Amino acid sequence: MTVLENFLNGDKRALSKIISYIENREDGYRELLGKLYAKSGNAIRIGVTGPPGAGKSTLVNALLHKFLKENKKVGVIAVDPSSPFTGGALLGDRVRMHEFPLDGNIFFRSMATRGASGGLTAATNNILVAMDAFGFDVTIVETVGVGQVELDIIDACDTVVVTLVPESGDAVQAMKAGLMEIADVFAVNKADRPNSDRIVTDLRMALEFKAHDEHTWMIPVVPTVAIEQKNIDELYDKIFEHIAFIKANGNFEIHRRLQIEKKIIAILKSRFEKEYLEKLAEKVDFHDISEKVFLGKTNPYIVASELFADFKKQ
Amino acid sequence: MDKKIRVLLAKPGLDGHDRGIKVIAAALRDAGMEVIYTGLRQTPAMIVDAAIQEDVDAIGVSILSGAHMTLFPAILDVMKEKNASDIILFGGGIIPDDDKEELEKLGVSKVFTPGAPTTEAIEFLRNAMLSKGNDEQIM
Repeated sequence: MTVLENFLNGDKRALSKIISYIENREDGYRELLGKLYAKSGNAIRIGVTGPPGAGKSTLVNALLHKFLKENKKVGVIAVDPSSPFTGGALLGDRVRMHEFPLDGNIFFRSMATRGASGGLTAATNNILVAMDAFGFDVTIVETVGVGQVELDIIDACDTVVVTLVPESGDAVQAMKAGLMEIADVFAVNKADRPNSDRIVTDLRMALEFKAHDEHTWMIPVVPTVAIEQKNIDELYDKIFEHIAFIKANGNFEIHRRLQIEKKIIAILKSRFEKEYLEKLAEKVDFHDISEKVFLGKTNPYIVASELFADFKKQ
Repeated sequence: MDKKIRVLLAKPGLDGHDRGIKVIAAALRDAGMEVIYTGLRQTPAMIVDAAIQEDVDAIGVSILSGAHMTLFPAILDVMKEKNASDIILFGGGIIPDDDKEELEKLGVSKVFTPGAPTTEAIEFLRNAMLSKGNDEQIM
């Protein structure tokens, strides 16, 4: 039996190995993904993002308990950062998780960013395809703790939950671009802290400022206390109301098509980079060129234009 | 290829002394490994289930409660039962030499005792990885 055959028979150990195989980009992983793509497309993909320490893992854990009650099969990816210096990582999202036994409905996998800077890992999308092909009803991706611009999650999910805390800022913070724009649902976690209603009000007001009509999804703000399972049912309902809403107005499919388009372009970019840029780097002495720029004999734009002109001639 | 050594670190049983395992976690991280830290009060079944889902190369446990002669064999049993005996099991704690010898006979790859430098654990894992074969066919 091959690992893929075991995978197709529902063996979680095989799923786990296939995830590593894709994550490590072992020889033939593209062919393997090709086989998995054919079986994917059914799982609902939920993203959970927000700043470090907002309670994303605890919130995911709380949602998982709700999913268990609903008897849904869920695959989870939790991302933590890799060190830019050593490449090592401490993946600690499991500390917040209760026990999810192997023979149960939840499969949980920790991943390190391995150099990616958008809040996810380069392999996240592909691993979601693998989980989808395995037969989960839902997949959840928990990003690294993000700031305002690590927004890769929007290209990996159908619904994004942005998790904030009462101390996350004032009304102007709530109006800023970036993270605050990508939410389909806001969770204001740790809502048992003082002044939590303040940020809830600020958020709701900022959302009111956005142009909307009866066809616009009105982004809900749900105060939660994830560690006590408080208001998690409401958060769960809002997530699925959003899915139902975008399925009804066609945005669900439009969004997925757009994601596929972006994916193809991303694959092309990386192939071009490999095929051309790396070959160029073999031929051209960048150290020598930089020296000329440093000495003021030329500038980076002229150098790049010349190299690009050479490339086009080939 | 972008392979990293993945290690699951856990504290089985009831003792809450987690300084040692955190020192190891930081050392392995700084050695370029991906460390999945699961925290306190883990049962053997929880540890092995997590190790399988995380597809780790090694499981490291820290036991300071004196229950090592119960917990290590229990983990080995679950690994066998779940067909996960190819994962390296190592550990550390306040463990007498006689017990250490017996545990290593039972199938624990390596037991570290107080005073062992973290570099020893790093070197042990790197060497153990070299001899770990993988002949499974993916497709």
